[in-house]
Amino acid sequence: MGETIKTDVLIVGAGPVGLFAVFELGLLDLRCHLIDILDRPGGQCTELYPEKPIYDIPAWPMITAQGLVDKLLEQIAPFKPTFTFNRMVSSLEKLEDGSFRVVTDEGEILEAKVVVIAAGGGSFQPKRPPIPGIEAYEGRSVFYSVRRMEDFRDHDLVIVGGGDSALDWTLNLQPLAKSMTLVHRRPEFRAAPDSVNKMYAMQEMNQLEFLVGQVTGLKGQGGQLEAAIVKGAEGEVEVPCTRMLPFFGLTMKLGPIAEWGLDLHENLIRVDTERFETSMPGVFAIGDINWYPGKLKLILSGFHEAALMAQAAKRIASPGERVVFQYTTSSTSLQKKLGVAG
Amino acid sequence: MTKLTYITHDGTRFDVEAENGSTVMENAIRNAVPGIEAECGGACACATCHVYVDPEWTDIVGEPEAMEEDMLDFAYDVRPNSRLSCQIKVRDELDGLVVRVPERQG
Repeated sequence: MGETIKTDVLIVGAGPVGLFAVFELGLLDLRCHLIDILDRPGGQCTELYPEKPIYDIPAWPMITAQGLVDKLLEQIAPFKPTFTFNRMVSSLEKLEDGSFRVVTDEGEILEAKVVVIAAGGGSFQPKRPPIPGIEAYEGRSVFYSVRRMEDFRDHDLVIVGGGDSALDWTLNLQPLAKSMTLVHRRPEFRAAPDSVNKMYAMQEMNQLEFLVGQVTGLKGQGGQLEAAIVKGAEGEVEVPCTRMLPFFGLTMKLGPIAEWGLDLHENLIRVDTERFETSMPGVFAIGDINWYPGKLKLILSGFHEAALMAQAAKRIASPGERVVFQYTTSSTSLQKKLGVAG
Repeated sequence: MTKLTYITHDGTRFDVEAENGSTVMENAIRNAVPGIEAECGGACACATCHVYVDPEWTDIVGEPEAMEEDMLDFAYDVRPNSRLSCQIKVRDELDGLVVRVPERQG
């Protein structure tokens, strides 16, 4: 357990809208800490479509999703935001002095005067493969990530998928496993060609088995896996196994935020359009995760929401302080904060 | 206008008029065809607009490109006639196209 992280504003989600919020809040002298379940900033832009061109960012006729994230990071650098990656927020508690305590899924504590939820489509979580009854095995013999390689020693292991995670773990866990079977629905892979070649070489030496097909069922009892049923071109085969690692990419889920007692509208957080505040004063929601009449899920709408939210957040974080509206083109005090004053 | 037909998992038929150049996914969303989610909005980044192309139409619709094949790895119950509907562009030759919506998306 580390120390409690204290900040003015805790931003949940480090996608484009969360990042731009750092800028708007920074101009108002509010320090920000961001938390994200991914291992780097950028959210969907970085995780799902880094190379996709975006055409509706004002003044950018075309910018790639990763390009936009890089520019935002450059823009907010003067405000020195801090980050906690690979963590999901779990609980939210309002303290006696009106500030908030947020606890992560790993037990870290973050305290802030204001909480801004900029979590987009929700937190990225491993996608559950479409195998009937798989829930019963999860956490016992079916895992979606490898926390400790030793947990897989001497097991009959089946890895499912064709991306880098699947191939990397096939290569890395093969020496430990009692037996290793890789299952993928087609002979082409998304993973790096080098890993694929290594996998085929190991197959040549009978160090592992590669099956083309889809896992359609599981056999076992009490959460303990005994076999996977793999359906290929030639019908079904039963592969004995005691551990399975499916890698089917990521999906987005609202997650524990849904339990925070905020007013929701079809799994989105209801906000007002003056402050973008949720039903809980001091907790704001901006970007794709919020809902209000007329809502458009556009990055540019999220930027606007961030600007208005910042004004309201300032009044909460610095009560009594007069907020003077200023332009970055002319205000020397804003330019000082940006490190560009002459 | 090009006629498209969507058949949902429970057998409900949706006949729609589609503009050439739009995608089969976009027309499903516009006409509120249930079962096509299109989480990513058509960026070929999520596999939640998965459809089965009617066997009579697979040759005309064509094969998925490599990137679409990659995304199909994440779809539910992938078959040889599986496509992501955001990657099928409506054109004259597709007049009368029939696609089926899978039991569920991913």
